[in-house]
Amino acid sequence: MILETFMADDKDVLRDVWFGRIPTSFTLNQDEVTEREAEPYYLLLPRVSYLTLVTDKVKKHFLKVMRAEDVEEMWFEYEGTPLKWHYPIGVLFDLHASNTVLPWSITVHFKNFPDSDLLHCPSSSVVEAHFMSSIKEADALKHKSQVVNDMQKKDHKQLWMGLQNDKFDQFWAMNRKLMEYPTEEGGFRYIPFRIYQTMSDRPFIQRLFRPVSPEGNVHTLGDLMKEMDPAALPNDGEPKRYQVVIHGIEPLLETPLQWLSEHLSHPDNFLHICVIPTPTD
Amino acid sequence: MPASRLWVVDVYGRVFSLSTAGQQWEQCRDAQMEFKRVTAAQQCCWGIACDNNVYLNVHASDLPIRYQEETYENQRWNPIGGFSDHLLPSDRWQWSDITGLKHQPLDSFELPSSSWEWEGDWYVDENFEGEPTEKEGWTYAIDFPAFYTKNKKMTSCVRRRRWLRYRRYKDMDTWAKIPSPQMETPDPFSDISCGGWEISEEPRGRLSLWAVSLLGKVWFRVGIYHHNPEGSMWEEVSVPGEVLQISCGPGDLVWAVLWEGQLIVRQGITRDCSKGTSWVEVESPSPDVGATHVAVGINTVWALTKDNKVWFRRGVDSHNPCGLGWISMVGEMITINVGLNDQVFAIGCEDRAVYFRQGVTTSELSGKTWKAISVPRDGDRSHSSASTNSLQSAGCFFSGEVRAQSVVSDVELDTEKVSTDGASCLVTSTSPESVVDAPTDNPDQPIETPKPRIPKVTSDSFISELISDREPAKTLREGGSAGPAVPEEEETLPSEGEVKALCADVAICPSQSGGPLDPQWSNVDLEEAQGQLAQTGAALDAADTSSLSSVATYTLAMEDPYGTDEHPLWAWVSGGGCSVDSHSHLNWFNSVNTSSLVGSVQSMSLSVTSAQTAAWRQQIFEQLTERTKREMDNFKHYEQAIEQSVWVKKGTMQWWRDWKPYKWIDVHFALEQFSGPEGNKDGILFIYYNFYEEKKYLHAFVNELTILVPVLNESKHTFAIYTPERTKQRFPIRLAAATELEMHDWLALLSVSCCHSRGIQGPPSKQAIWSITCKGDIFVSEPSPALEAMPYPTPCDQMFWRQVGGHLRMVECNTVGIVWGIGYDHTAWVYTGGYGGGFFQGLASSTDNIYTQTDVKSVYIYENQRWNPLEGFTNRGLPTDRYMWSDASGLHECTKTNMKPPSTQWTWVSDWAIDYSVSGGTDKEGWQYAADFPVSYHGRKGKTDFVRRKRWSRKCKLTTTGPWQEIPPIALSDVTILPCTAQSNVDEVPLWAISNKGDVLCRLGVTALTPAGSSWLHVGTDQPFKSISIGAASQVWAIARDGSAFYRGSVSPQSPAGDCWYHIPSPSKQKLRQVSVGRTSVLTVDENGNLWYRQGVTPSYPQGSSWEHISNNVRKVSVGPLDQVWIIADKVQGSHSLSCGTVCHRLGVQPVEPKGILWDYGIGGGWDHITVRGNSMEPPRVRLPSLTDASAPAPRSPIPFRNMEVNSSAGDS
Repeated sequence: MILETFMADDKDVLRDVWFGRIPTSFTLNQDEVTEREAEPYYLLLPRVSYLTLVTDKVKKHFLKVMRAEDVEEMWFEYEGTPLKWHYPIGVLFDLHASNTVLPWSITVHFKNFPDSDLLHCPSSSVVEAHFMSSIKEADALKHKSQVVNDMQKKDHKQLWMGLQNDKFDQFWAMNRKLMEYPTEEGGFRYIPFRIYQTMSDRPFIQRLFRPVSPEGNVHTLGDLMKEMDPAALPNDGEPKRYQVVIHGIEPLLETPLQWLSEHLSHPDNFLHICVIPTPTD
Repeated sequence: MPASRLWVVDVYGRVFSLSTAGQQWEQCRDAQMEFKRVTAAQQCCWGIACDNNVYLNVHASDLPIRYQEETYENQRWNPIGGFSDHLLPSDRWQWSDITGLKHQPLDSFELPSSSWEWEGDWYVDENFEGEPTEKEGWTYAIDFPAFYTKNKKMTSCVRRRRWLRYRRYKDMDTWAKIPSPQMETPDPFSDISCGGWEISEEPRGRLSLWAVSLLGKVWFRVGIYHHNPEGSMWEEVSVPGEVLQISCGPGDLVWAVLWEGQLIVRQGITRDCSKGTSWVEVESPSPDVGATHVAVGINTVWALTKDNKVWFRRGVDSHNPCGLGWISMVGEMITINVGLNDQVFAIGCEDRAVYFRQGVTTSELSGKTWKAISVPRDGDRSHSSASTNSLQSAGCFFSGEVRAQSVVSDVELDTEKVSTDGASCLVTSTSPESVVDAPTDNPDQPIETPKPRIPKVTSDSFISELISDREPAKTLREGGSAGPAVPEEEETLPSEGEVKALCADVAICPSQSGGPLDPQWSNVDLEEAQGQLAQTGAALDAADTSSLSSVATYTLAMEDPYGTDEHPLWAWVSGGGCSVDSHSHLNWFNSVNTSSLVGSVQSMSLSVTSAQTAAWRQQIFEQLTERTKREMDNFKHYEQAIEQSVWVKKGTMQWWRDWKPYKWIDVHFALEQFSGPEGNKDGILFIYYNFYEEKKYLHAFVNELTILVPVLNESKHTFAIYTPERTKQRFPIRLAAATELEMHDWLALLSVSCCHSRGIQGPPSKQAIWSITCKGDIFVSEPSPALEAMPYPTPCDQMFWRQVGGHLRMVECNTVGIVWGIGYDHTAWVYTGGYGGGFFQGLASSTDNIYTQTDVKSVYIYENQRWNPLEGFTNRGLPTDRYMWSDASGLHECTKTNMKPPSTQWTWVSDWAIDYSVSGGTDKEGWQYAADFPVSYHGRKGKTDFVRRKRWSRKCKLTTTGPWQEIPPIALSDVTILPCTAQSNVDEVPLWAISNKGDVLCRLGVTALTPAGSSWLHVGTDQPFKSISIGAASQVWAIARDGSAFYRGSVSPQSPAGDCWYHIPSPSKQKLRQVSVGRTSVLTVDENGNLWYRQGVTPSYPQGSSWEHISNNVRKVSVGPLDQVWIIADKVQGSHSLSCGTVCHRLGVQPVEPKGILWDYGIGGGWDHITVRGNSMEPPRVRLPSLTDASAPAPRSPIPFRNMEVNSSAGDS
C-alpha cells in the first residue's frame, strides 16, 4: 500500500532459491550390462538437495532392466567427471554444466565406484549426517553454535525432514532461527561460505570472513572474492574471465555478503559460490 | 516511541538539546541570552537566564493552548419592559461568573501576559447541557440561583446566558519571560526544578515548579497546567535553613540541599496538596563533606557531595521518601539529574561531558555504568554534510534590504583582517549597563578562546530592534568568508574600509580555526560586550522569516567559533523531558570523531533505506526470474524428484470439552497438512480424546476454520478455533497449550495453514474489513463481492479472519488502503502495508514494514471495606461479602501482590496507585460508597452507606511488533478517514481525529502514498468531543462528551476543516456516544446501546430531520462507503451460549431501505471494534433468482433470522 509498485519481498528470494529445479536426463552408462535397452529417465532435480537423496526413482527405473548381481552402488558422472553427491545439486550443475544445453545429461553408473573421487553413500542417513554436520559447522561460524545447540533433537529433525520432503515452510519455520542475529552487530560472526573453482585442485576455499569490516563497513561479495580469490575478479579494461555464480545467477559484486548469506545460502546454511570460466561464445 | 529531548546548558550558557532519535546536540537558537539552568518536562522547558528572570519555553504542538473565558449575562423580567438588565438590588451582578458572586463584565477580562492573544471576540454559547438553545442562548429560571431550563415558561422571572471568548498562548518554541512582580520574589532565583506531573492527571498538564532564590528561600509556582502554562504566582515555602539547590521528581519526591550540606525532604505531597506540608532533614552522605547537589526521580534519589562524589539513596519510594541509607557510587560529577523512568544523567567533573547511567531499570535503580554521551554539536558538522544546515538557515538570515540598517554604534572594522584570516571576533554593544557573570575559566579551555558573552537585554522590543540591525553583520561575515551565496555587491562591502553596518551586540567570529582573539579589536569593549555567536544566530533566526529566497547555502559551520576537535563543555543537564529507558536504542555513544560519524551514519542510513531499490537486489530478482524461465519453463512436464507427502505436526494440549460438565481435559492434537488436488495446500485438525475409556477424536478441516483467537487468560494459554458452525453455536473449540510460546507456535502454524488453504497471502487488501478484540488483538478479513449482495449475501459467520501483529483499541480505514489505529494508551499508529508481526514470525510475516509497537494499559483491582459500629470501616467484611481485595465483580480475589500483568508479554511499568477517575466519583482518599455490595457507588458517604470500595490501578506495558508506525505526538481517542475512491495516490484524503483531551483535529497531507500525513490542524470547539466520522461526501458528524451531536458545515476539498459546527439535538433523553457516516447514511449509538438512523438527510439539508431507532444492544457501529451497516452487538444468543461483543451485519440495506431489515451474526464474542469503511466492492448485480434457480447461492438457514423485525434488537437477550 505504501508503495504501489510493491517490490518483491525478500522472502520471495528464499522461495525461488528453494524451488529452483534443474531438468535432468539420466542415461545409463553404456558399459553396464542390461537385459534390454534402458530408456533415459527425466527428472526435475531440486537445486538445493543432494543427488543420492532424490534419485530413488532413477535407481528404480534402471534396476528394472538390470540383473541384481550386476548392481553395485549407484554413482553419477557428467562428461567424465564423477559427481560428488555431498555437494548440493545446484553447485554441481553450476560448476560443471552451466551454460550448456538443457536438460542436464547425467550418466548413471552401477559399477566401478570411483573411491578416490567420491564418498560412499549407502543410505539417506549418510546424507542426513552430512547435512546436519554442515548446518552445525555453519552455525559455529555464525553464532558460535549457540542457536543450533539450543535446538532440540526434533528441531534438527524438522530441518532434515523439510529438505528431504521438499517442505519449504517446514524447513524455514526452523531455519529462520539460524538466520537471526543481534541487530547491533549487523550480521553473523562469520559468513559460512565455500568457493568452488573448476580450475583448481583444491576442492573449495573456506576461511573466516566477517560480514562487516572492523571500521563498520558492510562487506560485499566483491570484498570476499578480492580476499579469497582475487583472480576471479576482472581486471580493469580486460574482458571478464570468470563468472561468480550462486544458484545459477551472478549477483552483482556490490551485493552485501550478509544479505547473500541470509537469502542465497543453501539449506546447509553455507553460501556456495562457483567460480567458472566465462563462456567464450 | 516518539523522539524526546535531553536539555543541557554549556559553560557559556548556551542551551542545547539532544533528541533521543538524534546524533547531535542542537543549539536552541531561540535563546536570546545565556541561561544558568534549565529544567525540562515533556511539554515545556523552564530556565533561569542570566538576567535572573525565569523563562518558559513551551514546545510547539499542533494542538494550540486555548483558554476559555466565560461570563454570564443576567436579566430579570419586569412587567413593563419584559426581560431587561434592570435587576433587583438583591440580585446578582448584571455580568457575573456562574455563581453570581463575582462581578465580571466583558471588558474586565485581560490577557494574563504578553504571551497570550485573543482568538476572536465574545460570543453567546447556544448549547445548554447538550441541547441547542434558542438563537440568543438564554436559559430561564424562576429566580437566581435556581434550576435553569432552555425554554421560557410562565414562571420564568429571570434568565441568563453564557458568553465565551478564547485566548491562545502564542509564544510557542520560544523563551518567554515569566512576569515576576518584585514583591513576589525579592531576590533573584538561582535554581529551579519542575516535576510532579504524575501526582495527578487533573487538571491536565499540571506541573510543580520549585525555585530557590539567592538568599536560600524556596518558592513554589502555583497554578501551572496545560491551559495556564505560565502558572499564576510564586508562593514562598518556609524552609528550616538556607537552601542551595532543589530537585523535584515526576512523582511526589522533592529534595533540597542546604548550604550547610544537609538535605531536606518534602513531606505530605499528595494529589490535593502538591506543595507538601513539611520538611524532614536527612544527613549528608558523608559526615565530613556536605552535599552540594541532589536529584530525584520517582523512586530514586542521587546526590553529590563537595568532593564531587556520587551517592545513591537506598530504599526510596513514595511511602518512604527519605529512603534508608546512602551508597557510594563510582564517578566524580559536578551536577546530576534524574529524568523520566528514573534514568540518570550527570556531568563529569573532569571532562564536563554528559554521562548517561546505563542499565537503570525498576529493579536495579542504581544502574550499572556511566557512559559518556559523545555526539557533535550541530555547528561542529562539516559544511557539505549536514543537511540540517540548510533547514536551519532557511529564511533566517537576510532580510531583503541588506544595507538599510540603522547604525547603533560605529565600529572601526579592519576589513582586511576579516577577509584574510577571518578568525576574529568583533563585538560591540549598546547596552552598557551590566555584565553577566562570565563563566570562570575552565582548565580545559584555552585561555585565548573567545569568551562568548551576551549583553544584557532588557525588553522584548529592544530585542526586536537588535534583530533588525543584525543582517549587515551577517552579510559581512558571509562576505568575509566568501560564502557562496553572497551576492556580488556584498562581496565588496568589506573593501569600503569602514563598515558602519556592524551594529550593536553583534559578535563576528567566523573562525573555523578557532584562532585567538586579535588584540587589535580593542576598540571593542570586550569586558562589556559578550560576543556570543550562537546568540547572534539565534536572534537572527528569530529575526526574519520573510525572505526565503536570498538564503541558499549559508552554513552554520561558519559561525562556529570552535574547531571541530574541541569537545563541548557542559554545565547543566535536565532529563525531565527525555523519555528513555534501559531498553532504548540510542545513537549517542558511538561517535569517534565528527567527520567520520557523519559519513558513516549517512552511508548506513542510505543502505537501509535504499536496500529496497538497490541495483544488486533488483538484479537478483531479475536473474532469479530469468533462471526460472531458462531452467524450468520448458520442462514443466518433467517429473518432480520429490513427491509431495503429508506432513503431520503433533502435540499435547488441553481441550474445553464439548459436553457437560464443561472442563479442561488432556488431549492429543495433530495437524495434518497435504497438497490438495489442485496443488493448493490443505489440512485437517485432529483432537484425540478419551470418552469413558474409549478413544475418540474430533476433527476440523483447515479450510473451514474461520478464525483463531488467542484468549490467553491469566491461568491458561488458551486459544479458540471457530468454524461457521461453531460461530452459530457461540461455542468455539477451546484449547490450552502448556506454554505461551507453544501456543504462539501453534497459532502461527495454524494461521499459515488456514491462509494456504484459502490461497491468501501477503498484506490485506484495500477493501479489507478490520476488527479488534477486547484483548487488543487485530484481525482482518477479505470481503467477497457477495458480502453485500442482495438478496443473498455471504453469511458473515463464514468470513475468514486472520490476525495482524500489533495491539490496538480501535482501527479505521478507507477504500484507498489508508489505515490508522489507536492504542490503549491513545497513541496513534498508521498501517505500513506489511503483514504479520507479533507471534507471526518468519514466513508468516513480511520482512519489511514491521516495527516495534508498544501499548500501555491499566489493570484495576478493588479494595472493599464494610462499616461496623465499633471500628467504622474496616477490611473485615461479612462472611458472605466479597473478597476484601477483588476484581470489579468481587468474585475473584485480587491483591496487590498476586495480581499479574495480562500475559508474559506485559510488564508492570508503575506501582499501584489509587484511581480517582472512577465513574460515580470518589472522596479525597479515593473511596466510593454504597449501601451494600454490589450496587451503584457514589463519591460521598451517605447515612445508609455501609460499604465502600477504592479502585487501585497499575499500568503495564506491552512490547510487540506489527505493521504499524507511530504518529507522534498527539494522543487520540477517535479517528475517521473519508471513505473515498481517490483519483490518484497523491490526492489528499480528509482524515479527522479527536485527541484524548477532546480536541477536534484535521490531518493534513494524508494521501495513499503518505498515509501518515504531515501535521494537524486544530478545529475549535466549545467543549470536548469524543467521536467523529466523515462520510463519502465530506459530511463530518461528531459527538461531544456531553452526548450532543454536531454537524460540521461547509467541509470541502477547498476548505478541509469546514467553517462551523451545527448543533443537532440528540434523540430524546439519550446521550449519544458514537457516530458513523457512510455514503449518505448517518448512524449513531447512544450510551444505552441504542442504534439510531438519521432521517431526512439530503444534499441540500445534510443535517437531516430526526433520529429513528433501529436496534438496541449495540455497542459500536461502522457504516461503509456502500452505506452498509455493521455493528458490534451485545447479548447475541447462540445455540450453546450467549456472547457479548459480536460482529453483526445489517441485511436488506438498500437505497430505498437504508435502515435495512434484520441482522446477520458473525464472529464474537469479545469483539470491541470493526470498520468496514474500506469495503466499497459493489456486489454483483444479479437478477433476482427464482427459488428453483440452482445457481444462486442457497438462502441461509433461517434459524438466526427467526423473529426478526425491523426494530429488532441486535442481540436476542
